[in-house]
Amino acid sequence: MAAGPMKMRATLGSGYTDVRVLMTHPMETGQRKDPDGKLVPMHFIQNITVKVNGKTVVEGEISQAVSRNPVFTFRVKGGAKGDKVEVSWLDNQGETNRTEAAVA
Amino acid sequence: MNPFRRTLLGATAALLLKPFAALAAWSKDAFGAKSAADALKNLGVSGPAPSRDIVIEAPQIAENGAVVPIEIQSNIPGTTALVVLIEKNPFPLASRFSFLEGALPFVKLNVKIGETSDVRVVAQAGGRYYTATKEIKVTIGGCGG
Repeated sequence: MAAGPMKMRATLGSGYTDVRVLMTHPMETGQRKDPDGKLVPMHFIQNITVKVNGKTVVEGEISQAVSRNPVFTFRVKGGAKGDKVEVSWLDNQGETNRTEAAVA
Repeated sequence: MNPFRRTLLGATAALLLKPFAALAAWSKDAFGAKSAADALKNLGVSGPAPSRDIVIEAPQIAENGAVVPIEIQSNIPGTTALVVLIEKNPFPLASRFSFLEGALPFVKLNVKIGETSDVRVVAQAGGRYYTATKEIKVTIGGCGG
């Protein structure tokens, strides 16, 4: 399975904004074997960046211990309808993806 | 598979990635550590004090170790980073999040847990470290708990 699209929703809470993001990614640990008994090479997201209106608010480093097709929820102080949230990731094989959503 | 070709591919990828690498650092030594203590040492964490202001929300029993939802939050004022370690995993360090101005020290994520283990969270606040743990039991074989 290859890395694929992302989905994101940013919803206004009371005094904060919840940013829920799904990344399509195999998150291979390098310990799993394919049906032919060969080890599947490591392939996992290493870096995650969350930006609000262009300003970085969360920087994450993650390991292969994060589940396949990772889902994260981050919480941003305040926030207003229409704020632009951007999340991007970079994996150990150099693949990268990003998505954007407006706070609803 | 030709090993030379692999090396060459790797080298090319490394060159192409250089600009990214400069922006996005990944703590290779800490993530490669085989014990939670070594991982923390590599992250520069020393003597974290136990704290009740770190809240770990996770199931006590996880039927499926491949997807265990955990929600962590620090109520310690000035928390700037949260580290998650799954002590019994082959590589315990699972993630490290830095919270800059505008973010709350909160994150919810799904992790893989190989066997029943303590999940340790370390919070950094004002140059000091705090920690809390929660044990999560994993049902081997996924037959339910």
